[in-house]
Amino acid sequence: MSYKITQVSVFIENKKGRFFHVTQILKEHNINIRALNLADTNDFGILRFCVDKPDEAYEALKKEHFIVKKNDILAALMDDKPGGLMHLLEVINEADLNIEYVYTFVNAKDGHAVILLKFEDIEEAYNKLKDKITFLDQEYFKQN
Amino acid sequence: MFEPEFELLDRDQIEQLQIDRLQKTVKYAYENVSVYREKFDSAKIKPEDIKSLDDIVKLPFTTKEDFRKNYPYGMFAINVKHLARIHASSGTTGKSTIVGYTKKDLDTWSSLVARLAACAGVTRDDIVHIAFGYGLFTGGFGLHYGLEKLGATIIPVSSGNTKRQAQLIADLKPTVLVCTPSYALHIGETLVKEGIDINDISLKIGLFGAEPWSEQMRKKIEESLHIKAYDNYGLSEVIGPGVSAECEYQNGMHIFEDNFYAEIVDPNTLLPVKDGEYGELVITTLTKEALPVIRYRTRDITKLDKQKCHCGRSMARMSKPIGRSDDMMIIRGVNVFPTQIEEALFNIEGVMSAYQIILEREEALDKATLLVEINENIFFDEMRQQRLMLEHIKHELKTILGIEFEVKLVEPYSLERSEGKAKRIIDKRGIY
Repeated sequence: MSYKITQVSVFIENKKGRFFHVTQILKEHNINIRALNLADTNDFGILRFCVDKPDEAYEALKKEHFIVKKNDILAALMDDKPGGLMHLLEVINEADLNIEYVYTFVNAKDGHAVILLKFEDIEEAYNKLKDKITFLDQEYFKQN
Repeated sequence: MFEPEFELLDRDQIEQLQIDRLQKTVKYAYENVSVYREKFDSAKIKPEDIKSLDDIVKLPFTTKEDFRKNYPYGMFAINVKHLARIHASSGTTGKSTIVGYTKKDLDTWSSLVARLAACAGVTRDDIVHIAFGYGLFTGGFGLHYGLEKLGATIIPVSSGNTKRQAQLIADLKPTVLVCTPSYALHIGETLVKEGIDINDISLKIGLFGAEPWSEQMRKKIEESLHIKAYDNYGLSEVIGPGVSAECEYQNGMHIFEDNFYAEIVDPNTLLPVKDGEYGELVITTLTKEALPVIRYRTRDITKLDKQKCHCGRSMARMSKPIGRSDDMMIIRGVNVFPTQIEEALFNIEGVMSAYQIILEREEALDKATLLVEINENIFFDEMRQQRLMLEHIKHELKTILGIEFEVKLVEPYSLERSEGKAKRIIDKRGIY
């Protein structure tokens, strides 16, 4: 199993309808968004998401002249109860790792809380954390 | 060196010759061209008022507009039927500019072009492939007769049919190539495409001109054709090619000052700039008969270096023009050219893409914003890196231009384009 989750990032200008257009393209290709995050500034935003078919999402958006990138992130399981996130961050803290960004979602179907993590060095992070944290693989994002 | 008796004059001798010739030219233009007579009269200037070279600032400028208004022959000092030849500038807008030459002018011109070629090391033993168009354009015939005067062997291929050009270069073994720099690149690509081995061609020197080109382009041409590429400068209104040219030291183009008087003026105030500063090149011809021009505004932005060169010439060297005064912007009092923006973007790996400059005025202050179309090289999924990239671009602009720009990233293909080219400048300040 590969612990690397392929995330798709898209540059979107702060203009009416751009975000909508991205979701339109994904729908046309029957791609399901499982988790999403938007980092925004006054002028532009960086839209990041995990989908069931990342390669197809990447190609489809590129074809429509969006600036898209694929990058690897980690997906960790959390307990969906008070202190769940704190406990996880404690482990990361102890491992002396810097998080670039995170976003989370709760899977209604299996009751799991999932946190997506971007580290500067994904391999280092995984090796330091794998014994203490449960990581998910790409397959998890394909389930319906 | 083709004419060392002139080319090696020291600065005093050059200036002495210039004042003599300037006084004659001004008098000649006043007496023979009604356009000049009217301009001088309305400026209340008489030819006798020109007592030193510094007095030239009293004379009115001549512009492309003067040629347009007096189309086709109104700027000529001699009846067209007594001329030897007519050429025309490659006018991209409106009517072309018509220029004329007497027999003596053609003789002067070919000597200047012979100098230009000799400057780059071309000799009578060279075989020259000329790929400039032959016709109204001054490049083809200009280089042709100059190189003939030098004694070189000429292959007058003219422009077009690049495949055939490549074949002729391989078969006839020319040692010198004459064309525009962009066409030289195209020939290089065609040689590769046609499977011609670069070691089978014998080119050594390239004489390139008629369009602006960068140092990066020079490197590319030199690598693809295995030659040393030389720049030369000229414009039809003044004479054509042969106004200035690079010598083997390539530290600017020597202006043939025994034939031309060069000034650098601030394009806004039209006053002379300090020695060595950038400004618009203004040329006065000193020896022409058919079409003398007084203080012609070339619109090219360059600077002059009057230090003696290692080649022995004291004739002033002009730098490669860095832009045109027509597309110059003044932002917070600083002159800015699109080429400088390009240079700044060029300095950052991967940034070079379509851009646009928006100028606005906020509370009497200029605000400049650079819009850059984003590409994969400068897009990051981390905001921290994305901001760093923006800061990097801002810093590079500040270093090169000395003014602060807002920098905004926009989506690809979102900038307004006309005929495939992005519209570079949008001035919303309403000051013109």
